[in-house]
Amino acid sequence: MAERPPKVIVTKIGFDGHDRGSRVVAACLRDAGMEVVYTPPWQDIATVVKLAAEEDAEVIGISSLATDHRLVPRLMDALRAAGLDDVQVVVGGIVPPKDERQLLEAGVARVFHPGTALDDIAAEVRTLAARSRAMKEGAIE
Amino acid sequence: MNQPAAPWLAETEFAEAERRWREAFDASPGAGKRIANRSGIEVQPLYAPRDGSGANDLLGFPGEYPYTRGIYASMHRGRSWTQRQLIGLGTPEDYNARLKEILAHGASAISLIPCNSVYRGYDADEVPVELLGTCGTVVNTVHDMELAFDGVPLESVSCALNDPSPFTLQALLLAVAKRRGIAWTRLTGTSNQSDCLSHFVANHMFFRLELAGARRVLTDHIEFCNEHVPAWNPLSVVGQHMQQAGGTPAEAMAFTLCSAIQYADDCLARGMDPDRFLPRFTFFFDISISFFEEIAKFRAGRRIWAKLARERFGAKDPKSWRFKFHGQTSGVDLTRQQPLNNIARVTAQAMAGIFGGLQSLHTDGYDEVFSTPTAQAARIAVATQNILREEAHLTDVIDPLGGSYYVESLTDSMQEKIEAIIARIDAAGGMYQAVQQGLVQRMIGESAFAFQQSVERGEQTVVGVNAYKVDENPDEYTVLDYPDRAQMDAHVARVREYKARRYEATARKGLDALARAAQGKDNVMPRIVEAAEAGATHGEICATLRRELGFGQPLTIV
Repeated sequence: MAERPPKVIVTKIGFDGHDRGSRVVAACLRDAGMEVVYTPPWQDIATVVKLAAEEDAEVIGISSLATDHRLVPRLMDALRAAGLDDVQVVVGGIVPPKDERQLLEAGVARVFHPGTALDDIAAEVRTLAARSRAMKEGAIE
Repeated sequence: MNQPAAPWLAETEFAEAERRWREAFDASPGAGKRIANRSGIEVQPLYAPRDGSGANDLLGFPGEYPYTRGIYASMHRGRSWTQRQLIGLGTPEDYNARLKEILAHGASAISLIPCNSVYRGYDADEVPVELLGTCGTVVNTVHDMELAFDGVPLESVSCALNDPSPFTLQALLLAVAKRRGIAWTRLTGTSNQSDCLSHFVANHMFFRLELAGARRVLTDHIEFCNEHVPAWNPLSVVGQHMQQAGGTPAEAMAFTLCSAIQYADDCLARGMDPDRFLPRFTFFFDISISFFEEIAKFRAGRRIWAKLARERFGAKDPKSWRFKFHGQTSGVDLTRQQPLNNIARVTAQAMAGIFGGLQSLHTDGYDEVFSTPTAQAARIAVATQNILREEAHLTDVIDPLGGSYYVESLTDSMQEKIEAIIARIDAAGGMYQAVQQGLVQRMIGESAFAFQQSVERGEQTVVGVNAYKVDENPDEYTVLDYPDRAQMDAHVARVREYKARRYEATARKGLDALARAAQGKDNVMPRIVEAAEAGATHGEICATLRRELGFGQPLTIV
């Protein structure tokens, strides 16, 4: 039996509606054989957490162009509160260096900056999905 | 007429010389290489006198139909474009301080970019505080607007508001003008981001009301401004969002013209006179780094619009035929890698806009890839415009690239491409229908993906990204600080206090009257302004119309 493909949510939280990045990345991950759940912008944190639980997602990709990444620490808290510590969160977009450090400290797995090759994003997401799956199965902490 | 460029060469000699060049070229390295621009037009290695329409009736003269060479007789030689830098940050006081600084440096035109929370239709007390004022100014009340424009002579500066439907910022501004005793007829400015179709398609952040409602409120707004604020441009049709979202330059121009056609049709359907509303239509475009293509895009767009206004809408006043546009250098072309290179990119983009004959220009700060621009980056962006105009002398001659075999030929090809897309949208039932079917969104999405792939494959060089890379430390660049948290908390408290201290019954009455107007067919704009004057806030006006007309959500297409 073929292994289930990685499952990834690609979404935007906050107020910004620039979705070129999230659409291009979603299309790229889908082309790379992953199962992509794509949402329009402006999702509530609670909605994203609920979606992650329902879809049994392994990775959540947050696209941020206009400072919405500042809400990501709240998302990390909400995921932990929901017992979804194993879900890997990545952020892509315009993220200043200082903010990147804060996001990583808050538990974000990786921040992708403009100019990152789509292949690199796909490879990293695949690795993170495998890590998430291993965590779910109790193979790693 | 196809005249040789060098009349001293006889026709046969010219043909002979061309044949010799062709042979020499074909024997050269790289001769077989095919090159196409972003709009998919194949570009030849050389253009000669027979290329391009060469038709004098299409080229004509500046200030004359069909305006290929510019909409005014003197263009930039007579008067520079307006240097309209976008500004918007922090609290109204922060914004006011930056505004006074740029006015002291000679700016005559200003802009107000509100916070993203404002774009989504909320007040400051309804949203997470860490998102407030990070990308624009938090303006919710008449009091906020008074602070934002404190000491600014509203009657003598042109004011561009980034103000999507239902135009609450303009309502707050009109209320301030009335308090100061300034007649609305003296106000000049533009309602930027009034183009709801572009928000439905691409920049969804501005899409506050469902499309049908947003469309109706826009027509209300055009009618209201024509009548009560006649020197105000109620509509700026935006190509920028669609090109930033990935549409090619030809697509962006075509879709923008299709939106303008839709809005003009909507006004005509109300019985409005084209020679009243068309002179107040303005346009707003992205300027990418695809230099000649952008110049040709603008020249072609100008003459297509002139023809549409005159022939399709029957406008008789030449003011209705003029394609007035603001250009903004493309942020998508900028790179986080080696960010100072962005200054060179912005320079090339700005040159394309200037040669394209724009009326107003915003040049991006090189550091927009990190944050809202720092003061230093904003100064360099303005200096870039001044250098191009006064040191490089780009504006000494009107339409200096006019008559270039390449530029004229490319203008013709772009026109053909743009008109073909317009025909496709017309066939789909017009822009309103086309965006509801997702046709436009799919075309843009495909172009965005195709462009990204050309970058990934290395076909399109992006310096520092897929070529000429260097190791660097991102920490060496300064990033704009976020607004001070305590100050922003105080501002939120002030918005709460404003709501607590106003005459609740009066504000409520204003909002109720607005709701009734929205339920019926009356123009909602006078009610929006009255509600603002009665103390209702931006968020409350938006909430009222959201309830009556629906909350804006785009189509989801990947």
